[in-house]
Amino acid sequence: MDNRKELPLGGVIPKGGTAHDYSTGGWRKLKPVLDTERCTNCLICWVMCPDSAVITQDGKMIGFDMEHCKGCGICAVECPDKVKAIKMEEEAG
Amino acid sequence: MAIMTKGQTGLTGNTAIAYAMKQINPDVCAAYPITPSTAIIEDFSSYVADGAVDTELITVESEHSAMSACIGAAAAGARVMTATSAQGLALMWEMLYIASGMRFPIVIANVNRALSAPINIHCDHSDSMGARDSGWIQLYSETVQEAYDNFIQAVRIAENEKVLLPVMVCFDGFITSHAIENISLLDDSEVRRFIGEYRPKHYLLDTDNPITYGAMTLQDTYIEFKHQQSQAMTRAKDVAIEVGREFGKEFGRTYGLMETYRLDDAEVAIVILNSAAGTTKVAVDELRKQGKKVGILRPRLFRPFPFREIADALKNVKAVAILDRADSMNGFGGPLFNEVRSALYELDARPRVISRIYGLGGRDYKVKDALEVFADLKKIAETGKVETLQKYITL
Ligand code: SF4
Ligand code: SF4
Repeated sequence: MDNRKELPLGGVIPKGGTAHDYSTGGWRKLKPVLDTERCTNCLICWVMCPDSAVITQDGKMIGFDMEHCKGCGICAVECPDKVKAIKMEEEAG
Repeated sequence: MAIMTKGQTGLTGNTAIAYAMKQINPDVCAAYPITPSTAIIEDFSSYVADGAVDTELITVESEHSAMSACIGAAAAGARVMTATSAQGLALMWEMLYIASGMRFPIVIANVNRALSAPINIHCDHSDSMGARDSGWIQLYSETVQEAYDNFIQAVRIAENEKVLLPVMVCFDGFITSHAIENISLLDDSEVRRFIGEYRPKHYLLDTDNPITYGAMTLQDTYIEFKHQQSQAMTRAKDVAIEVGREFGKEFGRTYGLMETYRLDDAEVAIVILNSAAGTTKVAVDELRKQGKKVGILRPRLFRPFPFREIADALKNVKAVAILDRADSMNGFGGPLFNEVRSALYELDARPRVISRIYGLGGRDYKVKDALEVFADLKKIAETGKVETLQKYITL
């Protein structure tokens, strides 16, 4: 923090989208691991992830944003029973 | 302090504050009414129902929620106000610090009432005195007129960009809140011109410029934010003086940091807040008729505490009694005593200072009580000795 005197009053953060710069991935104890063979790209995990940490490309699920995934496991639970393409594994294995 | 001008009428303190709120026409008022401040919100809700104001009145389930909703509305960019007393203020506790720390210029009327237990609904200052370190500016008011005038000035002080802090306007429960006094009201247009429009620099409803309120600050920045807040509180003193002077120029009633009454040549003095100063004035007038040099200092601004100005005003007095309508329960006098006595420490020649706790839970404080304190002070001034440093009176 270089110029502390210039800090905006009341701790307001006067611009948007700053959560992206804040790495919350370090809190994680379990990490989601994707089995691309099983995944049907239904994108339910993308909808359900509370941290917008499921990454998609061209309508396909391609992995996780590990800077922001906090390892809650919701994606693994929500992935349809017949598919179960996400497994939660110990972070420090 | 009051000069009679126009718009004379008779109102209770609560009605006058509700009327000031109507004239201010705030964007949001979130409230959970409590005795003795109930009538403020009761009257104001009639103004809302009648369409006399544009205010969004949010009725909530507790005072904690009332202050929380005020904070949310202030974050959204609204001009916000509410009213409470005693346990209500106590229940707002956690949120009082959030309001001041987030630098929201919320204005609250706190109608002073004793804190339970034992349960009591009558006047003392234990509620607002407990909140004296919550980062809120505090203005104390002797009369209905002053409560009304302070409430309008509070908006200007709070929203001043050098300040941006919440303000609590305090006046005595029942004594001032429920008694009808003469008051001179301003026109709506005068009030609106005086307070101007509120234009927050950042607000959540400004969707073109998204912001975050309430982010976490840790070891690397928290102390800087508190430093900023403390400096703003210091600046609030000059702003309160400026606003009080401008108010006087516009409407004929000038306000400063304190009121002094026959203090200039006084040998002994009483320092006292709010309505009891009026009773003390009667005692002073009686004693002055007998040639006794007695006076009063009534602080108006208690936060920020004008310690230099108060010390300066008392520097020639031989003995002074600080009367508190609240006990800090610290074993060494009430809050006003602690702070005034500490302010006097800077003087080379200090007056002797005694603490008297009076009128808790609405116990009457009479002219004879003030006369007894002045008699104690006279003895101290003559002998230079303090027999009883602190005691409860009006028992
Ligand atoms: S574990 Fe939780 S945070 Fe991480 S990707 Fe799955 S749902 Fe999102
Ligand atoms: S919910 Fe399961 S199947 Fe659907 S996209 Fe996510 S990982 Fe693939």
